Amino acid sequence: MRELGYRPDALIEVLHTAQEAFGYLDAQALAYVGDRLGVPQSKAYGVATFYSYFTLEPEASHSCVVCTGTACYLDGAGALVSAVAGLLAARGQEAAPDRWLSLEEVRCLGPCSMAPVAVVDHEVHGKLTPPGLVSVVESL
Amino acid sequence: MSEVRTLQIDGKDVAARSDETILCAAEENEIHIPTLCHLEGLSDVGACRLCVVEVEGTPKLMAACTTTVEEGMKVTTTSERLVAYRRRAIEMLFVERNHICAVCVANNNCELQAHARNVGLDHFELPLMHPALPVDASHERFVMDHNRCILCTRCVRVCDEVEQAHTWDVAGRGTGARIVSDLGMPWGSSTTCTSCGKCVQVCPTGALFEKGRSISEPKARRPYLPYLVRVKERER
Amino acid sequence: MSAAAPAGAQPPRASANVCQAASCLAMGSAQVCRALEAEVAAAGLDDVAVRRVGCLGLCAAGPLVEVPEQGRIFERVLPGDPSSREGLLASLKGEARGGRPVASDPFFSRQVKVVLERCGTVDPENIDDYLATGGYEALAKVAGSMSPDEVTSEVVKSGLRGRGGAGYPTGLKWRTVAKEAGAAGKFVVCNADEGDPGAFMDRSVMESSPHQVLEGMAIAGYAVGANRGYVYVRAEYPLAAERLALAIRQAERRGYLGARVAGTRFSFHVELRMGAGAYVCGEETALIASIQGERGTPRPRPPYPAASGLWGCPTLINNVETFANVPSIIVRGGEWFASIGTERSKGTKVFSLAGAVKNTGVVEVPMGLTLREIVFDIGGGLAPGRRFKAVQTGGPAGGCLPEELLDMPVDYESLTQAGSMMGSGGMIVMDDTTCMVDVAKFFMDFCRQESCGKCVPCRVGTHEMWRLLDRMTRGVASRWDLEQLESLAGMVRAMSLCGLGQGAPSPVFSTLRYFRDEYVAHIDEHVCPAGSCHMGTAEPAAAGVSPA
Ligand SMILES: Cc1cc2nc3c(=O)[nH]c(=O)nc-3n(C[C@H](O)[C@H](O)[C@H](O)COP(=O)(O)O)c2cc1C
Ligand code: SF4
Ligand code: SF4
Ligand code: FES
Ligand code: FES
Repeated sequence: MRELGYRPDALIEVLHTAQEAFGYLDAQALAYVGDRLGVPQSKAYGVATFYSYFTLEPEASHSCVVCTGTACYLDGAGALVSAVAGLLAARGQEAAPDRWLSLEEVRCLGPCSMAPVAVVDHEVHGKLTPPGLVSVVESL
Repeated sequence: MSEVRTLQIDGKDVAARSDETILCAAEENEIHIPTLCHLEGLSDVGACRLCVVEVEGTPKLMAACTTTVEEGMKVTTTSERLVAYRRRAIEMLFVERNHICAVCVANNNCELQAHARNVGLDHFELPLMHPALPVDASHERFVMDHNRCILCTRCVRVCDEVEQAHTWDVAGRGTGARIVSDLGMPWGSSTTCTSCGKCVQVCPTGALFEKGRSISEPKARRPYLPYLVRVKERER
Repeated sequence: MSAAAPAGAQPPRASANVCQAASCLAMGSAQVCRALEAEVAAAGLDDVAVRRVGCLGLCAAGPLVEVPEQGRIFERVLPGDPSSREGLLASLKGEARGGRPVASDPFFSRQVKVVLERCGTVDPENIDDYLATGGYEALAKVAGSMSPDEVTSEVVKSGLRGRGGAGYPTGLKWRTVAKEAGAAGKFVVCNADEGDPGAFMDRSVMESSPHQVLEGMAIAGYAVGANRGYVYVRAEYPLAAERLALAIRQAERRGYLGARVAGTRFSFHVELRMGAGAYVCGEETALIASIQGERGTPRPRPPYPAASGLWGCPTLINNVETFANVPSIIVRGGEWFASIGTERSKGTKVFSLAGAVKNTGVVEVPMGLTLREIVFDIGGGLAPGRRFKAVQTGGPAGGCLPEELLDMPVDYESLTQAGSMMGSGGMIVMDDTTCMVDVAKFFMDFCRQESCGKCVPCRVGTHEMWRLLDRMTRGVASRWDLEQLESLAGMVRAMSLCGLGQGAPSPVFSTLRYFRDEYVAHIDEHVCPAGSCHMGTAEPAAAGVSPA
């Protein structure tokens, strides 16, 4: 944070850094960041909740991000999402506080030529089928 | 340095300072444009879109509260299309949240309700969205009822620009946007709120209100506005 | 390892250019590179260079490797499958065998590369490669021997128009910013937010030739009198950001950015800013708010950023591809650029082809080519047995163009007239299994989720339109719903504050214009002609009855 010079306009950069370090942004982190940058708390909270990249919840151990951009949507991204959701439901993960896997959707990751695409623990997988994605996820 | 501009609003020749908005120029000439997010003394955001007008030569509708006058401008503030669009916008505000006027503290003293009456909005074509929303009564003197909030952000602006506490801000986005205090915690636990009540005063609906006021007892809010303006002017 | 041959050394007899852009990397091209290096060494081919390059264009068939000496591109060179490298190795030994011949394959031969000139030929992580191909010559020329006004005039002469959306003449924009006093400084911003789902050409340019974008920005800075620049990259593009950051450091070290650009008195500092997942931040006023560390909500214009942008200072905002065109315009002249393309749309345009087309990837074509040429000649048409139905251009504010319009030239005006727009250059081909009502619903769902929530028509209107479209795709809508949809679409377009809301109804309008019968079939017959909607499914958790 010192590197960024305590300027209010560094808020988003600092939130990125904080989230990278802690995995998520809790009230304490937000309050601290706001204080140091001279940004009102409500503004820090407003910014953190505006951008979909920031999360105020602790991360699950693994992540599966399915692209639901145009190309992937037309190529069956919906089926990928339901397949993983089905797997989660079968494992009864949803209610567990210490979650095993988070399932998220994102609008276009860029490699549309490989549609449908998903990112499992930061690794990009292309041309997926529902069973294919399920087996990637199951191997975690 | 501001100069004088001449323009036409609804066919009437008017003069205005070059830094004035269309809304300002119209008001000075007794031409009334409906507004909701605008409040004299606060910055303008152009969010509610009720004040849109037609400007000859531009295909786009312009928000009167954020568009400055230009020489020779020809402005139309009322047309069949504008009235229909404004009515739709008001309808949208009603269906978005849970406005039950009969039990609202602001009944008969609500700007949203007044607009609905003015445009003759007597039924909704859009279905109600019925979001499940909380009422925050944790503050010792005031209540925030999200069911009646239209996200005009007057409270946010008055708190920031006049009281300079910046207790309020907007969180989330789209229909998930909510007014929040501090870090999204109950208002009563806010460490920045000075309990000045300015936000309650400027709220156009019954979303922010004072505890203990009986239903439909008017908020003493009108005389408050000139005060705000004076504060702003002193700052300049 | 490194791309450029060390000075004095024998240039390699042949090279294997391995694509290291995101799509190919996802298919394992980094491992392919290492495997190739080992195999080349094992075969004793010490006059062969294995080079890491940017996007080779044919992304769907990755990992791609080009052997330029043989004019061949090899597809699907998989890391775990040595047999996929047989033809390639033979080719490196000098046999002309296997792969796709670049000169006679229409996917490559119909393209005209200006922006993508260096994509797939230079190592994006090596400034020497860029310099060896004439990189930063334009900047040195501009800063050393041209007046700012001369630079702007050249861009005006080129007829270059913005590649990020509306197609505003770039030269005019520069002139406006140049004229502003800007006592407190001016800024140049590169819009690398590329939020349109299904568009990936800016990503490809940044990943393949980052210096070209920086050079364009620095030239713009010189022309408008700005000494600071920002590149705003969306968070979903970490590789592009990484390569830009590296390029900035390299350029600073070599004196092409920073205090004394190319040894002149002109200084230009560039910083990278990451987005955080908000489509609306591609809108210029929202982008400014986001760079300032705020919620990315747009504000009404005027004032335009050219007059009042970052921290209230005059700010020039252009798209990645717009900037990437600039060095060539300076080197070869505005007239040369203006000789490509059509009367009102000059130069080339990069498109990302995706969807139901054979050759998906990134292509650059002169303006004015027809949709048919792009989809069928370059794109190779559809898979066997599939029928072309529509091509979507312009992203969420664009539209779907039907078969009847395939012979339409692709330029700004034609696309707008047809009810779509150029947008940033995403082109998604749809076949007969795609339902147009569902496509309209998809884009509306996107806009609904990406609406910043500031203004009422967009916030509530996109939600209501999505709800109506959802009813249609479930076969429970009535004619009255269709009327409501059209009326809402008109209102949201006219009343919304920014381009997101104003553009959100476009997919509805264009699908209604060309595929109205599909809507009618969903409503009157409860049938989805494309067979993709699940008709008769129940409304998700009914909202209940109004108490008001
Ligand atoms: C909702 C919305 C999203 C946009 N997204 C982008 C984007 O991702 N990339 C981009 O270059 N321009 C985008 N634009 C257009 C920009 O606002 C702006 O016009 C453009 O960056 C100007 O650069 P140009 O003149 O070089 O095209 C978007 C506009 C709107 C209204
Ligand atoms: S609480 Fe009142 S003043 Fe604040 S945004 Fe809501 S309606 Fe406006
Ligand atoms: S049109 Fe949509 S995105 Fe734009 S300001 Fe309004 S709510 Fe925000
Ligand atoms: S649509 Fe999925 S990667 Fe672009
Ligand atoms: S009063 Fe102008 S937009 Fe609300």
